[in-house]
Amino acid sequence: MKKTRIGFFDFTGCEGCQLTVLNLEQDLLEILELVELVEFREVMSEQAGHLDIAFVEGSVCRQQDREQLKKIRQRTDILVALGACADNGGVNALGSDRGPELMCQQVYASHLPHLQTDPPQALSEVVPVDYRVPGCPIDGHEFLAVLQALLLKRQPDLPTFAVCVECKLAEYPCSFDHGEICLGPVTRAGCRAICIDGGDRCRGCRGLIENPRTSPYHRLLEEHGLTVDDILDQYRTFNIGEQKSES
Amino acid sequence: MKIELNHITRIEGHAHLVVDRKQGEIKDCRLEIVESPRFFEAMLKGRHFSDVAPIVARVCGVCSISHTLASLMATEQALGVEPDAKARLLRRLLSFGEIMQSHLLQLYFMAVPDYLGISSIFQLLDSRRELVARALRLKRTANRICEVIGGRPIHPVTTTIGGFSVMPYVSDLKHLRQELVAALPDLEATVELFAGFDFPEFERETEYICLSDPGHYPLHANRFCSSSGLNAAVTDYKKEVEEYLTGYSTAKFARTARGSYMVGPLARFKNNFPRLSPMARKVASALTIDADTINPYHSLKARLVEVVNYVEESIHTIDELLLHGLNGTKPRAVPTGGGQGTAAVEAPRGLLFHSYTYDRNGLLDTADCVIPTAQNLANIETDLKAILPELLDRSDQELTRRLEMLIRSYDPCLSCSTHLLKIDLV
Repeated sequence: MKKTRIGFFDFTGCEGCQLTVLNLEQDLLEILELVELVEFREVMSEQAGHLDIAFVEGSVCRQQDREQLKKIRQRTDILVALGACADNGGVNALGSDRGPELMCQQVYASHLPHLQTDPPQALSEVVPVDYRVPGCPIDGHEFLAVLQALLLKRQPDLPTFAVCVECKLAEYPCSFDHGEICLGPVTRAGCRAICIDGGDRCRGCRGLIENPRTSPYHRLLEEHGLTVDDILDQYRTFNIGEQKSES
Repeated sequence: MKIELNHITRIEGHAHLVVDRKQGEIKDCRLEIVESPRFFEAMLKGRHFSDVAPIVARVCGVCSISHTLASLMATEQALGVEPDAKARLLRRLLSFGEIMQSHLLQLYFMAVPDYLGISSIFQLLDSRRELVARALRLKRTANRICEVIGGRPIHPVTTTIGGFSVMPYVSDLKHLRQELVAALPDLEATVELFAGFDFPEFERETEYICLSDPGHYPLHANRFCSSSGLNAAVTDYKKEVEEYLTGYSTAKFARTARGSYMVGPLARFKNNFPRLSPMARKVASALTIDADTINPYHSLKARLVEVVNYVEESIHTIDELLLHGLNGTKPRAVPTGGGQGTAAVEAPRGLLFHSYTYDRNGLLDTADCVIPTAQNLANIETDLKAILPELLDRSDQELTRRLEMLIRSYDPCLSCSTHLLKIDLV
């Protein structure tokens, strides 16, 4: 049987999601029995032609990135956004309320042409994205589950419930009780609430669930003296496109 | 003719090398960093101190732990928080894990293909499966350290201002110790593999800079030193190191008053040979390097010596943690008020500085991060220019290969180095 041809690509990001794939170690050896890894610039020199599945990490920020992404789209059957930067902008979104010109001036004190960049975009703003593996970084097991589904020609499913559910099942203390703003009630599960397990809070790196239950969440916010703007400000750490509310 | 290597492979991040080779002489040779800038320092402005380390970790997936720790230490200094001895030990262990995992990735995935004449390690899946399995086993052990202490291998979750929000389990530490001891035969096989490689001959003296910690092989310290007599407080880094822009790279370059310099495993190795563990010194002699080497290709050997050193140090650190117990370590409360703080750590690729100022409400006002690869870029370019005349009679293919190997020997991490720079607020 012909092996499925897969490739990994990266734009603006930290390459931590590709590294998470390499960190699958023993599982990685087994995956390589099932697929043909034809392109992975971080650890391979080859460049391939047609692909069955392209996993793409990072946000796109420049014209040349957009063109390159479109070329990848043209030569792959399936395109998967790998990680928060590709899926919803990731930390690159933090700058989305300030123009790149201002940030460039602040960081480089210069406007040299090669330092120019556009506001970061998620992949889906440039090309059609078939599936996604959310998170910063991605969860290795979730990546395996998505890949497995694709190899079996099934639709990969992401959890439709919130991190709060996983957190409660694991019986972790609620972050709100420590006076922390937690995005667990509205953020997509699948991470096994790893940050709350580690003593931190949820910063929303996996993006919003489809139908967040906003009214109980708002009540929770009010009870803890928070406003919707407080939450949106937090949400912006990993997600582009949420505008400040009018209220 | 002009040789352009676009999107150099088997490095982290994106770089082009442009060599203009005209009738036997080099007209121009420059390393272009093409990774899109992300302006991290600007993105941090106005963020609360508790958010700064988790955000800045995202500069780089490979060295997220180094960025996290440098960031926490700089913030702690600014806000007047002192982590206790156990937290400092756990941070050391966490750093060992990250450096080992980064080094093993570079040695096996990025360098081995060069020396075996293949394009990726995956080509060995059938012919030398034991080599691939060994690489993954060793990497797994290093990642386990980061998981047990930091909560996961990339972008740690337990690290916090003043220490750790969650302590590792004693049983996990004991198991980790067993794994580290069990890794020794794999390390021996790795040393044997690298001892058999034919390293290119090339020598060029430069300045070697690293942290200075009298009692230890350098890791987290408040002074830095060099082979040219530099000895300064980390807080004075701006007096010693100048960053500058080139017209072609999105990363800033760096120099001292004496010119370009090297940071990273070879610099640490050369400046601290007597502080290596006994086993690591034996490995150095098996790999035929000593503190006098000035061959940048030997960074690979230094990297392997360091892996052995850190495995040994990790075992000792775990013993110390188990001996004193993990109870009673709670992150200290953070006093209100702002301040200024600067800290440095030895990241896998070398010296990493973070420097912040916070306003009275604990919101970040300015940030400056000086990244190892940025400090090495000018040195890589100088090396490339120095080696080119020796390679002019080679075929384009061989010339390209040797230049790529030289760049890879520095293990450049370009995701990091494209958002290094300072905020000059206007």
